[in-house]
Amino acid sequence: MPQQPADERRHNFDEVPYGYTPETAMLEASRCLQCKKPRCVAGCPVGIDIPGFIKAIEVGDFPESIRVLKESNALPAVCGRVCPQEDQCEILCVLSVKQDPVAIGRLERFAADWEREHGETRLPEVAPSTGKKVAVVGAGPAGLTVAGDLIVKGHEVTVFEALHKPGGVLVYGIPEFRLPNEIVEFEINNLKKLGVKVVNNVVVGKTFTIEELMQEEGFDAVFLGVGAGLPWFMGIPGENLNGVYSANEYLTRSNLMGGHDFPRFDTPLKRGKKVAVIGGGNVAMDAARTAKRLGAESIIVYRRSKKEMPARIEEIHHAEEEGIEFHFLTAPVRILGNDDGAVTGMECLTMELGEPDDSGRRRPVPVKGSEYVLDVDVVIVSVGTGSNPLLTKSTPGLKLNKWDYIEVDEKTGATSVPGVYAGGDIVRGAATVILAMGDGRMASGAMHRYLMGEPEPDEETEDETGEP
Amino acid sequence: MFTIVKKEDLSHDVHQMEIDAPYIARKAKPGQFVILRVGDTGERIPLTIADSDSNAGTITLVFQEVGKTTMIMGGLEEGDKLDDVVGPLGLPSHIDKLGLVVCVGGGIGIAPIHPVARGFKEAGSRVVSIVGARTKKLLIMEDEMEKASTEVRVCTDDGSCGQHGFVTNVLEGLIEEGNPIDLVVAIGPVPMMEAVCKLTKPYGIKTTVSLNPIMVDGTGMCGACRVTVGGDVKFACVDGPDFDGHEVDFSELRLRQRMYLQEERDAIETLTYMSE
Repeated sequence: MPQQPADERRHNFDEVPYGYTPETAMLEASRCLQCKKPRCVAGCPVGIDIPGFIKAIEVGDFPESIRVLKESNALPAVCGRVCPQEDQCEILCVLSVKQDPVAIGRLERFAADWEREHGETRLPEVAPSTGKKVAVVGAGPAGLTVAGDLIVKGHEVTVFEALHKPGGVLVYGIPEFRLPNEIVEFEINNLKKLGVKVVNNVVVGKTFTIEELMQEEGFDAVFLGVGAGLPWFMGIPGENLNGVYSANEYLTRSNLMGGHDFPRFDTPLKRGKKVAVIGGGNVAMDAARTAKRLGAESIIVYRRSKKEMPARIEEIHHAEEEGIEFHFLTAPVRILGNDDGAVTGMECLTMELGEPDDSGRRRPVPVKGSEYVLDVDVVIVSVGTGSNPLLTKSTPGLKLNKWDYIEVDEKTGATSVPGVYAGGDIVRGAATVILAMGDGRMASGAMHRYLMGEPEPDEETEDETGEP
Repeated sequence: MFTIVKKEDLSHDVHQMEIDAPYIARKAKPGQFVILRVGDTGERIPLTIADSDSNAGTITLVFQEVGKTTMIMGGLEEGDKLDDVVGPLGLPSHIDKLGLVVCVGGGIGIAPIHPVARGFKEAGSRVVSIVGARTKKLLIMEDEMEKASTEVRVCTDDGSCGQHGFVTNVLEGLIEEGNPIDLVVAIGPVPMMEAVCKLTKPYGIKTTVSLNPIMVDGTGMCGACRVTVGGDVKFACVDGPDFDGHEVDFSELRLRQRMYLQEERDAIETLTYMSE
């Protein structure tokens, strides 16, 4: 896949891979063996007919390929770019035994981009109005999927978004060079063309409660896709010094608020000369690569080794190419500052790997006497996010699990409150875009049946239960 | 888009704006704030809701021109619109029927203390409000504070109106009068709130402050507004903005508020240059 050379791309926010041309796409698609029993499909959280869409590309029928994709995946332009294909579909491809797997993700991206760039987007037909009103809370991947599924079934759909722009992590979290915001805007505009109303600047839990939405505003069903956006901090000394950011804040300032282009945009962002990012996931990679593009020396500080890093392989690879330094088996001890309250350095400790912990990964154990000071002026804490209690605390009767995520029926996404469904990170904890979309798809089916008074499939006789 | 239905200049750089925001007006409680944005390259800033009218569907904000966004807002007229306004954010102030509540408003802090004073008075408390400013022409909302309180005591740094001194001088005088004070609520610049807390601590008088750290989203997802209270890290936007003043790490808050001083100055300079 031709891509921007690392020297060039570390100075801009343009996408890294250029994308396939129709010729290269068809060539790559022809590598697919069209297995009779395709193993890749089982790895896809939304069960895309992978050989099906790839075959269409191979023969040059791009509209057909996007049609097949959209049967299962509402936002293929997004997923083609951000799914961890190496853990899902591509890892199961038979070709991966001896060679590279079929580049499923890149082909998905190609089909979606082709459709958008050629103005070929065919909007689905909308069923006659059912007279039912649905509120979707959160305009992130889960919510947008539910909105798109239910609008075509004839329901009236309103998406409520707390921020001033819809998209959720797709716009505030994932940087332009991985997922251009204009792609997300394009998809959201398609939803609006179908009739979905998007209302920004509404915090459900503050501006309205769920009860008010259902009793007073007339919504018959509600989907909660509010994410798990509460940033975790480490609790080490110096974490409140000026120049210490949660990854959420750093990325929101840069991506959503245009901070990477201050002062053209009013929101400032400390670029720093030397930035340390604590963490090893995709968000940490995003933060480190953004810092690099903003002109800083950028260091990833991760307490385990490269093998244990949860980030997508392509992101780690791109980060290495862009010159980001990786300090593995290193943990921060305290952040140092001056009298003005600004960061001047970070004291770190070297670790070694001991026995595995609950996640199955080997637990890092400090090496005594191995302290050293990293000379940095910005520290980005990217150690995870959890449930924000803002909505859940204001909804009596909404059953939560011990980590304060919403408990739902595994098959339907239904919560303990009748008519209220949930999916995505607020149910799973911080996870992926595709899993959120899968949850949205599952919930939208159940919500439609609920609204129309139809029974759930397993309420029917055993004979009738089957694959959708 | 949120329309400005009324705009009044309270002083040369303090403005009062009534904004059409029916859903926020309906829910707003004393102590809560909004986050707003002006223009498509605008930043998000928090402003406390100084008043709300659920019948008219409007909220009232009072702000001082301290940076680019508030300066741009200062130049807007009735009929102009704000791009984004979201709220009501934060936890409402805890209002009770108390024997004696002292509401201390310093400078621009008088605007957010107004709904708190009114809330306590409506709940049946005796409310003594102490309002202070540097000089007479910077005193705002005098009539509103009279209506909202049982008694108002005014002071100015230069003695041009009311007692010559700081709000802490007036408060000390009040404490020395001997009537037991159930609660002091103080809102104003950080040094003022800190001074009030220092004063009340040895007397053991419960003191609530409303903190104003830098904010971005206002809903608990970024942590920009983190403050240390009683040794724990809290987010002012979802755990506050009211906190027990005796537990707040004011020196940390002061330092954190200065994080973008240079960028703020640069932005003001550019704005001033462009309007010349």
